[in-house]
Amino acid sequence: MLRENHTAVIARNELWQGSSATEPHEAGWAIEALIFVRALAIDGPLTPVPVSVQVSADGMRWVDEGTRFELPRTIEADSWARIRHFGNWLRLSADLPAGLTMKVLVTLHLK
Amino acid sequence: MNADLLQTLRLADPRLSRFDPLRRILCFDDFDRGYCGWTQLVGNYEHSLDAMLPGYAQHTQAMLSTLPTWDFGSHGGVDGSYALKLASRPRRGAQNVTLKRLTFRDRGPIRVEFYFTFKPEASEMRLSEADVRSFGFLYDLQGGDTDPDNDRVMPHFRFLNALDGVHLQKWQFKRRTKHFHPIGTDNKTVSHYHLSPEDWEDLPGGHQRLCYNEIPTKVNWHYACLDFDLATMTATGLRCNDRQFDLTGFESIHIPAMRNLWCMLNLCFFVETDVDKRAFLYLDSLCLSADF
Repeated sequence: MLRENHTAVIARNELWQGSSATEPHEAGWAIEALIFVRALAIDGPLTPVPVSVQVSADGMRWVDEGTRFELPRTIEADSWARIRHFGNWLRLSADLPAGLTMKVLVTLHLK
Repeated sequence: MNADLLQTLRLADPRLSRFDPLRRILCFDDFDRGYCGWTQLVGNYEHSLDAMLPGYAQHTQAMLSTLPTWDFGSHGGVDGSYALKLASRPRRGAQNVTLKRLTFRDRGPIRVEFYFTFKPEASEMRLSEADVRSFGFLYDLQGGDTDPDNDRVMPHFRFLNALDGVHLQKWQFKRRTKHFHPIGTDNKTVSHYHLSPEDWEDLPGGHQRLCYNEIPTKVNWHYACLDFDLATMTATGLRCNDRQFDLTGFESIHIPAMRNLWCMLNLCFFVETDVDKRAFLYLDSLCLSADF
């Protein structure tokens, strides 16, 4: 049987401001993930904004997995990261500075 | 193949013996084998995603889940580790939809059977039995391009578990939808949010108390079956566990045929939360069959 390979859009045109995160996503069947963030719209003063991959024991309480990268700095740009050993739950979290908002498209590639 | 032999072969197969399919199986989706073509319902848009109606913009991707719990770990499915999980956002009234998009080749009887369960997110140590507002399912159908009667027909069913904190536990249907919104500027796309909270009607005799269990993390799997006739576009039977419901008063949503949906056979499941807490609908497996 072919290995499962799944693309999941986990945030589509969602407005991020302040403390923001994707909805929890279960992917325990997968052993690796790529996560992409695409900026669909940016408003406000743009500074480098770190974004963190988070894991969870139960889908309700979250801790940093250790992978960090930056949100895109231009519209239509993508930023991304590779993730392994994430257990079951995944989400992406960022703290945007006051005055900055971004509409994001977040995509997981799982296999 | 004669009907008795077909029935014997199916009863001998442990994957199929818990279903009662019609003669031809169109799809047998056991989510231990992956997503099986179930995806998220994305709303219509043109030029910009901002054009999408808010009801659709809230939708997210269904997941393959082991029904993990904080207090005893993975629950698992009927006969394996995985089920398809549909989760609402944690906002009162939030909904989510997953669907499978097919077309039909014969306008005759079809039957969908599925094993399901539902729960709220176990974020509190209380029973929480009235936190899920509803779950339900619908077909989105349209006749063939040469058929004389080719309305778009959308039979909707939901189990209204609770509303405003009152534990109601009854089956409902919907025969009206919201008005259509033009999408974009090319005059080719419209959108309507047919899962809006209005216009649900009680199915006569449709009260049913389902097995919820005794804490918010324990689940029990349920069986349901809907019979529908594509020839007459009428629902002919609804069963859930030990109950068979009278569909005499049932009507589908009927709207004029649309320009690019010929022979459409979409099957959707949805879930809705009654509180600021995620609601989960799980499908263990599903069998769609037809009598041709």
